[in-house]
Amino acid sequence: MSKNIGGILKAVRQVRGGVFVDHNKDTKNLEVVRITPPEKVVLPMQQHIGAPCIPTVKVGEHVDVGQVIGDSDKYVSAPIHASVSGTVKSLAEVRVASGKMFPAVTIENDGEMTLFSGIEPPKADTREDLIKAVRASGLVGLGGAGFPTHVKLNFPPDKNIDTLIINAAECEPYITVDYRECIDNSWDIIGGIYTLSEIMGFKNVVIAVEDNKTDAIRVLKNIADKDNDAGDIVKLMTLKSKYPQGAEKMMVQSATGRRIPPGKLPADVGCVVMNVASTAFISRYLKTGKPLVSRSMTVSGSAIAEPKNVRVPIGVSAGEVIDFCGGFKAEPVKIIAGGPMMGTALVNTEVPVLKSNNALLAFADDITTNKKERACIHCGRCADACPMSLVPTNIEKSALRRDAESLVKEGVNVCMECGSCAYSCPAGKPLVQYMRLGKEVVREAGANK
Amino acid sequence: MKNLTVSASPHVRASDTVTGIMLDVIIALIPSLIASVVIFGFRTLLITFVCVACCVLFELLSRKIMKRDVTIGDLSAVVTGMLLAFNLPVSIPLWMCVIGCFFAIVVIKQFFGGIGQNFVNPAIGGRIVMLVSFSSAMTNWTEPLVWRSGVDAETTATPLSILKNANGVYDGLPSLRDMFLGIRGGCIGEVCAAALIIGGIYLILRRVIKPTIPLCFIGTVAVIMLMAGKGDFKFMCYELLSGGLLLGAVFMATDYATSPITTKGKIIFAVGCGVITSVIRLFANLPEGVSYSIIIMNILVPHIEALTRPKPFGTVKEKKNKEEAAS
Repeated sequence: MSKNIGGILKAVRQVRGGVFVDHNKDTKNLEVVRITPPEKVVLPMQQHIGAPCIPTVKVGEHVDVGQVIGDSDKYVSAPIHASVSGTVKSLAEVRVASGKMFPAVTIENDGEMTLFSGIEPPKADTREDLIKAVRASGLVGLGGAGFPTHVKLNFPPDKNIDTLIINAAECEPYITVDYRECIDNSWDIIGGIYTLSEIMGFKNVVIAVEDNKTDAIRVLKNIADKDNDAGDIVKLMTLKSKYPQGAEKMMVQSATGRRIPPGKLPADVGCVVMNVASTAFISRYLKTGKPLVSRSMTVSGSAIAEPKNVRVPIGVSAGEVIDFCGGFKAEPVKIIAGGPMMGTALVNTEVPVLKSNNALLAFADDITTNKKERACIHCGRCADACPMSLVPTNIEKSALRRDAESLVKEGVNVCMECGSCAYSCPAGKPLVQYMRLGKEVVREAGANK
Repeated sequence: MKNLTVSASPHVRASDTVTGIMLDVIIALIPSLIASVVIFGFRTLLITFVCVACCVLFELLSRKIMKRDVTIGDLSAVVTGMLLAFNLPVSIPLWMCVIGCFFAIVVIKQFFGGIGQNFVNPAIGGRIVMLVSFSSAMTNWTEPLVWRSGVDAETTATPLSILKNANGVYDGLPSLRDMFLGIRGGCIGEVCAAALIIGGIYLILRRVIKPTIPLCFIGTVAVIMLMAGKGDFKFMCYELLSGGLLLGAVFMATDYATSPITTKGKIIFAVGCGVITSVIRLFANLPEGVSYSIIIMNILVPHIEALTRPKPFGTVKEKKNKEEAAS
């Protein structure tokens, strides 16, 4: 299958296109520090892909850290836990980073951070127990997408899933929390890998990391080498530092050479992709039983006074996280939840941090407003950059004339909105916006049935 | 902190701009401009200046009259002006240049929506209109380097027309070295192969163009000419260095708006250009076919693009999809 070069794998099949973005990983040498607990946390009931949760607590009720405050009976969903101890103040709707309104549980912190008494290490000796435990932990993909992890793991046993890919690529600029996870919690990562492969029966485990993260590579290689005694299933794969190496479909292609068809999941080609921080979380959770109530995030950008990697309780407001990092040193023009390539621009800093937020970036200037949109010159840079072999400029034109049939033919729904096209467009076109418009046109026309 | 910008991702952009790309093309054309002055005298500068000025002015006026935003800042009109000038003989009357520029910018470019929307290369379109309207002025070739001696310019034949009746005898032709350096009759910007190659390498290194189109275009002509000359290598070299092949292959066929996006499409396009050029040169009643070949292939680009649409990631063959949809 893969060629083993000096103990480190290379990609089986190179990712097409992509762009070379300035890394700006200024926080990579900063250890994760804990934020001062906030006065209150706001926990929206939709923090994952899938069905929203319904609050299971009432206003005025006292909750402890790790207590379930929202859950859903739908399969694709993940429960939400209190991230501080205190009193439920409200169940009103709040605006989240995406701009949408969701019901949320607002908890006033009593400052005690009392751990919920019901917390104990879960039983996870069998496949079913492990999946149940992962669901109970509230874990969703911590890399940014927020897909419930238990759904990912609950593939039919007859599906012949042979490869577990641990995604430590972290190809988005600025973000360094996965890198820190590799350096600081490497044994949690390996613990998580062992548990998963033992119980779920993965024959191969590939840890994928970009080749600009040399320290992480060194630490991970050390682990992978030590593992050689234990059956030689864990391998390390270095990838060219190119965006979007870390995208799920790209990961699967690099590690196995397999291509996930449109609308399908990694499991359909025999793979499970897990973010490195999610893997480490599973290991810690199985030891302690403490569900997902906090996460690490990178706070950086030209307007942030003291860029940091911080551990924050889920539900803290973006503003408080930024204040903890010294506030703004310059008037921010744009604040982003997530990375600069796929993150969401914030309307204000009151939005709460969600389970899937891996970064908060604030910038004193904004190139997207400076680079005025001009006419397309048909240069083809967007098509060259597209890792999915699309021709974004054609999709733009079809979207603008609302031609659903052409859009389907052009493969608009294959687009994962990585932003490589818009990044490379010399005419400054907001191509991702046009891709979204195109998808909307297709949805409306129902032509993609 | 009241006015946060909210826009769709990505929030970073590459530094490339349309103006920057056009500026690179202009820089790449400078060596040929210098060579043209050395070979044909300072009138080449005057012609280039008039063409550039007219193109920019026509673009400005047509945008104003059509009440569209003014786009002369993208420098594409400057490129068109330079390319059109490079396709003219040094003796061309200036008023004819004005007409060529009008056609290139107003009719071909702005009537169809401006930059990126033209269906054929504006400079080539302008040149062809001039060629059919003022055929004698457009084929009045001046002897190279004569301007230095102060003698009145004499007319000469281009290597291509000599070549057409040469039959393996190269007596009337300049040496291959002179051909490479541009000491021959021809349009002001097409003669100096060395300068054009330098410009082409610059564009490739700056990633403004990919080598696909120039190499396939020139390569196709080379192969066909080698066959036509029954293996006569010298004949092939003369064919490659004469006429507007290099100028066309490097600067005109690579025009973004009128060439395909995908590599497969680029190859089809360039091979088509090469075949048509060769056929015209070998069989038609014209000495040169580069402009016509490019313009014909320009018109075919939408069809080439439809044929070479890349398959989106992970999609299987269409047949299979249909079967799945049916089941």
